[in-house]
Amino acid sequence: MPVQDFEQVFQDKIDGEIKIEPKDWMPDAYRKTNLRQISQHAHSEVVGMLPEGNWVTRAPSLKRKAILLAKIQDEAGHGLYLYSAAETLGMSRDEMIGDLHSGKAKYSSIFNYPALTWADMGAIGWLVDGAAILNQVMLCRTSYGPYARAMVRICKEESFHQRQGFESLLVLSKGTDEQKAMCQDAINRWWWPSLMMFGPKDSESTNSDQSMKWKIKRKSNDELRQQFVDMIAQQIKVLGMKLPDEALQWNEQRGHYDFGAINWDEFWAVVKGNGPCNKQRLEARRKAHEQGAWVREAAMAYAAKTAQKKAAAAMQAGALEMA
Amino acid sequence: MNIAIKKFYYGDIPEEKGGTGNYQSTADSHAWPLWEIFIRSKQGLDHKHVGSLHAADAAMAIENARDVYTRRMEGVSIWVVESKYISASNPEEAGELYEPAVDKIYRHPTFYQLPDEVNHM
Ligand SMILES: [Fe+2]
Ligand SMILES: [Fe+2]
Repeated sequence: MPVQDFEQVFQDKIDGEIKIEPKDWMPDAYRKTNLRQISQHAHSEVVGMLPEGNWVTRAPSLKRKAILLAKIQDEAGHGLYLYSAAETLGMSRDEMIGDLHSGKAKYSSIFNYPALTWADMGAIGWLVDGAAILNQVMLCRTSYGPYARAMVRICKEESFHQRQGFESLLVLSKGTDEQKAMCQDAINRWWWPSLMMFGPKDSESTNSDQSMKWKIKRKSNDELRQQFVDMIAQQIKVLGMKLPDEALQWNEQRGHYDFGAINWDEFWAVVKGNGPCNKQRLEARRKAHEQGAWVREAAMAYAAKTAQKKAAAAMQAGALEMA
Repeated sequence: MNIAIKKFYYGDIPEEKGGTGNYQSTADSHAWPLWEIFIRSKQGLDHKHVGSLHAADAAMAIENARDVYTRRMEGVSIWVVESKYISASNPEEAGELYEPAVDKIYRHPTFYQLPDEVNHM
């Protein structure tokens, strides 16, 4: 079959809502796009543990500490589901991690901001996980089977992340003046970076949107961002706090909230490595990887040794039987 | 095929926009093998494939599978098998492979039209 025919068969499957599986024929660019997107998503889950890990030992109570640990453990699992999905496209785990550590592969810019106070743990859960969820719910229907399955699993675990974050802020919002101020301050700092998580404006993209055609994505950046703003603008009323945007206003005609301009220069600066914590995050990842090398080696050595012992014992048993 | 994908989303930043780093990672020659994980969610049900993970040996694969796939009591039993031992049918041969079943509709109960009195059979 000529390549055009393969491509037609492939596109027909996509149009017919039939998932693409690892061994199916797929255009090179489809494989590459998925590989890049899934591995970046995996890296985001893994690096995303760092700002939160920073607060485990300083959580205000045993309950909050247990919750935070459980959330972080979930994120590690999310990273793993996604790495496994990416591996089905033909790249090894080692290579992906190497690309993250070299700075070649990217992760969500949001994790290059520092978590300065305890209220940040609430704000991250509510806003950052909240933004991620909208994206991930959409991705449950993505066209690549292993990615979609990983997303279904992740979405099941994700809603507790957002709820615990909101609940934590709710407690602060009813606390002392100091706690209220801390809550508002965290919201002020995380609001705009959360909006940036959805990526550049739709108008900055080319008209031929391959990702949409291949159903890797099903909603545009602006659509998802608007959905997020509408959701948060309602929820914040329950907290009695304010979003740091003077332009935020309900638009009767559109049936949506209008909101102010996003600082895209800041977004690109952080993507390019000049955010407040880029260096720190990568260094923490590399250090963990390098200092864990001996553990990985020891585990392999131990596995080889036990396998050898087992084989020797089996041989001896065989010899005894023969005798 | 050379399609420039300019649009991107959370978790999908194109390479040309990314900064560069000069860190050289050392390839890990002790990479753990990949295992496929099957979980029985409760007694009486089949083990079902849930995903894969890396582990040094079977015992570690089971422990990791517990931590990754049963944190919310999703399982009562775990099977692990090293991925390299899985043999799979080829999707490109799916047509020939399943062809014998295509024209045997008489294998389905609905093929048989029975009188109303016994049609619940
Ligand atoms: Fe996650
Ligand atoms: Fe999360």
